[in-house]
Amino acid sequence: MSAMLLNKEKWPEFIGKLAGKNLWAPQAEGDAMHFAQVKEGETPGLDFGNTRVPPKKFIFPQTETMYRFQLGGTNIEEPVIDDEVVVLGIRPCDARANKIIEKLFKWDVDDPYFLARQEKVTLIGLTCTEPGLNCFCPSVGGGPASTDGLDILITDLGENYYLEALTNKGEKLLGEAGDLMVEDKGDGAKAKEKLVAAAEKKINRTVDTKGIPEGLPGLWEDPLWKRVSASCLGCGTCTYLCPTCHCFDIQDEIEGFDARRCRMWDSCMFEEYTLHTSGHNPRPTRRERTRNRINHKYNYYVDKFDVIACVGCGRCINLCPVNIDIVEILRQVKEAL
Amino acid sequence: MTTTGNPYIPHLATVEETWYETGGERCIKTFKVVFDEEKVREAWSHRPGQCAMIGVLGEGESMISISCSPTEGKFLRFSVMRMGKVTQALHQLEAGDKMMVRGPYGNSFPIEDWQGKQILTIGGGIGQAPLRPIVEFVKANRDKYAGLTMIYGARTSGDLCFKGEFEEMSKSDDLSCHLTIDVEEEEWEHNVGFVPQMLLDLNPSPENTIAITCGPPIMIRFVLENLKKLGFEDEQIYTTLENRMKCGIGKCGRCNAGNMYVCKDGPVFCYAVLKDIPEAFA
Ligand SMILES: Cc1cc2nc3c(=O)[nH]c(=O)nc-3n(C[C@H](O)[C@H](O)[C@H](O)COP(=O)(O)OP(=O)(O)OC[C@H]3O[C@@H](n4cnc5c(N)ncnc54)[C@H](O)[C@@H]3O)c2cc1C
Ligand code: SF4
Ligand code: SF4
Ligand code: FES
Repeated sequence: MSAMLLNKEKWPEFIGKLAGKNLWAPQAEGDAMHFAQVKEGETPGLDFGNTRVPPKKFIFPQTETMYRFQLGGTNIEEPVIDDEVVVLGIRPCDARANKIIEKLFKWDVDDPYFLARQEKVTLIGLTCTEPGLNCFCPSVGGGPASTDGLDILITDLGENYYLEALTNKGEKLLGEAGDLMVEDKGDGAKAKEKLVAAAEKKINRTVDTKGIPEGLPGLWEDPLWKRVSASCLGCGTCTYLCPTCHCFDIQDEIEGFDARRCRMWDSCMFEEYTLHTSGHNPRPTRRERTRNRINHKYNYYVDKFDVIACVGCGRCINLCPVNIDIVEILRQVKEAL
Repeated sequence: MTTTGNPYIPHLATVEETWYETGGERCIKTFKVVFDEEKVREAWSHRPGQCAMIGVLGEGESMISISCSPTEGKFLRFSVMRMGKVTQALHQLEAGDKMMVRGPYGNSFPIEDWQGKQILTIGGGIGQAPLRPIVEFVKANRDKYAGLTMIYGARTSGDLCFKGEFEEMSKSDDLSCHLTIDVEEEEWEHNVGFVPQMLLDLNPSPENTIAITCGPPIMIRFVLENLKKLGFEDEQIYTTLENRMKCGIGKCGRCNAGNMYVCKDGPVFCYAVLKDIPEAFA
């Protein structure tokens, strides 16, 4: 696989090459960054913190049409998912998250929507040289330059961008812009290595996850769950904005006679999530729901798929309105073990 | 089973017959349905204990136990309690109407492993729906099982499902059927009292017996307690869980009890496994 150097002066031209595709990149919207479609003539930069909403929508949209039908009819029309998408500037943690949830969507029965989107998307990642305040990716198997799930990784070396192709998809895309770049003779790789080591040092938040998956079952009745969930509002922000949260609801939407059955992101932090129609609720309070959220990520998922379902992006910490902090919860779990 | 490759796409089926099992606000209606497409009919096979997602386009889908045994023929039966949006819409369906069905989902009762044993089913209310296929299966393979005892209860006689069939059964010698209702009623010839108590009163021997219980969570809890009192080992006891479900195929995440997805790893659980799953009896 090739590794190339792109002088920043050529960046607009590079974007120009991609612009013919369905290109998405982080753009400022109010006080946050969001992935938006790049319009003709626009040149998105790569100088930004991570986006508020994780880019999981490219493979797992917030609302996905499963099929369409006419009200009163019995004919079912499946959507065709064939839009190629190029995502520029996805962070390594978010790309890793896609691979983690792919395990579930491929488990036992293939999920056709997820897999079709996965095939159509090319992910161009960006090395984090300035990790966020609450990033803890190295604690959960990732890192500021992790390549898992990416097709290309870009590292900002100052004067140049350093671009590594990681898959055939990535190689092909780089090839299309080959005339703008020069092959790296090793200096780029070295410079990157230095930057990554420095970035890793800037990550302040850590948790030693050793023993947590095995230990959680024994803490089922521990008083810690009441303590750590006491201020939870049940708003679901932590799960909506989590790149590895993949639970969904299924609903019918009707407009006149046109109807569709769709699935949409859901949250295990909502009371209705597990509420039986009879009124019985197996997870009646926020204590049980918080316990489930942590257990799902750090115990059940590890049991089934051998990987922690948290990539340490820190969004659930940054955006919880009452400052519930998963690293702190995990610290308390360790303490109770 | 899918024919399109997309496991979320339901198959069109026609309602052949319907009847009410019970009355009242939460009445239970039974539907006998047959798939429209021959291909689907032929490819379909289910086992006692499995469920299907059934629904009406525009209204949604609900997970419902398949309440017939494959030994009964190439049709499906569902007994649906009218609870909310989807079940209300299902209740509007009459013979000739179309229903959407996908499945079958979940594991099943390991009924072949039980050959040569006494089968004891203990049901309450709509909980008899997943037990009925066992009863029918054993009836159809009577020589392979040592015997069948059925305990079934509901609040009132009007709340008992499949009543006609059971009255028929109580007349037979080697299949014994015991019905009970919570409170005394005029002209009621069977037992009065709660299901767990009736189990104790009958005092069945655990020897060479498998006990399967389905019903409201509170009934299951006391039945399990009483089975233990009677000397049943955990390995001899089976039950089903009914967590809320959306996908039925282990994707939507909703139905988990601990690290089990009830739609895949269940709904049937041996008590020896279930007792260690946190949340199972929450
Ligand atoms: C393994 C299993 C086996 C079961 N077997 C049986 C059985 O044999 N017989 C039986 O009767 N029951 C059975 N049940 C229970 C049955 O699935 C529920 O009672 C049923 O799903 C209730 O659906 P409902 O729509 O009527 O209820 P509701 O409470 O109305 O809601 C169910 C779903 O409908 C949607 N919904 C409801 N209201 C609205 C609204 N206003 N707007 C938009 N969406 C709405 C929601 O998505 C909701 O999740 C079983 C359950 C399981 C898990
Ligand atoms: S974001 Fe915070 S308050 Fe909201 S559900 Fe999550 S933990 Fe609770
Ligand atoms: S649990 Fe929190 S830190 Fe972990 S991946 Fe989800 S949002 Fe990021
Ligand atoms: S019903 Fe969706 S995971 Fe079980």
